[in-house]
Amino acid sequence: MIEGSTIPEEGQLIASILAGNTHEFHSLIRPHERTVYVMALTLLKNEADAEDVAQEAFLKAFRNLKNFRSESKFSTWLISITLNEARSRLRRKNAVPMESLDEPSDEQGHVSPALLRDWREIPSEAVERLEIRQLLQQAVADIPLIYRETFVLRDMEELSVNETAETLGISVAAVKVRLHRARIMLQKRLAPQLKQVNPKRRWLPWL
Amino acid sequence: MVIDCKHVWDHISGYLDDTLSAEVKEQVQLHLEHCEICSAILDSTRNILILTADERTFELPLGFSERLHARLDEEIGGFEPAPLKSD
Repeated sequence: MIEGSTIPEEGQLIASILAGNTHEFHSLIRPHERTVYVMALTLLKNEADAEDVAQEAFLKAFRNLKNFRSESKFSTWLISITLNEARSRLRRKNAVPMESLDEPSDEQGHVSPALLRDWREIPSEAVERLEIRQLLQQAVADIPLIYRETFVLRDMEELSVNETAETLGISVAAVKVRLHRARIMLQKRLAPQLKQVNPKRRWLPWL
Repeated sequence: MVIDCKHVWDHISGYLDDTLSAEVKEQVQLHLEHCEICSAILDSTRNILILTADERTFELPLGFSERLHARLDEEIGGFEPAPLKSD
């Protein structure tokens, strides 16, 4: 795939690191710190675990750098390492009831959106309000894991449908179905909540 | 062919990604022109996806980067190619 290739500077950095300039690994990963952390956080729903898993993922990437194949994107490779780290962390925490990766029983069922008559755009600046951020974070966290994985890769990390399918080891059709469900679940939950948030209510910003 | 609201909801995601066939896309579009509810569902979904993807929605914890690079320094040290012995 042509769109999937590593950007030239990254390729050079990787070659240099493999040649022994290991300190350059710091520069290689700087642009990807947020991506990896957010991915881990969204899957694990716990900041301490997410930070730990993010660190482990970067270390694993360093140790396995020689296995990285330059026909894929470094970012996608990192994301799939993070996914595996997060999944194994979830498995280890299995003593606590774990979220199932099995299809929920309503897999065949229909997810219906929240019905509204009109929608007034919520501007991006709204996410500067803690109240809004918390609504969004909680809504994403509450999507069942099987849909959340797909949602994070595709809509938050902006992988293509094909890359998402490959990373998760599922079909493109399954990606589309899961993505659709995740998106409609978010709409169903968030549209009524966001509609009630009065953008003019600027006091009590800590709520 | 005229499609009802429920059918349109099934295609919201595909419509946003522009992956629908030309035929279905046209049916959805036609429906959206006349249905304020489905239009509001589409607009709100699109809007919500923009908000959840916004970099500010999920933030890095304070000091994340410093802790990460300190840990890397610690661990990468042990993986450096064995230094050449000068003696």
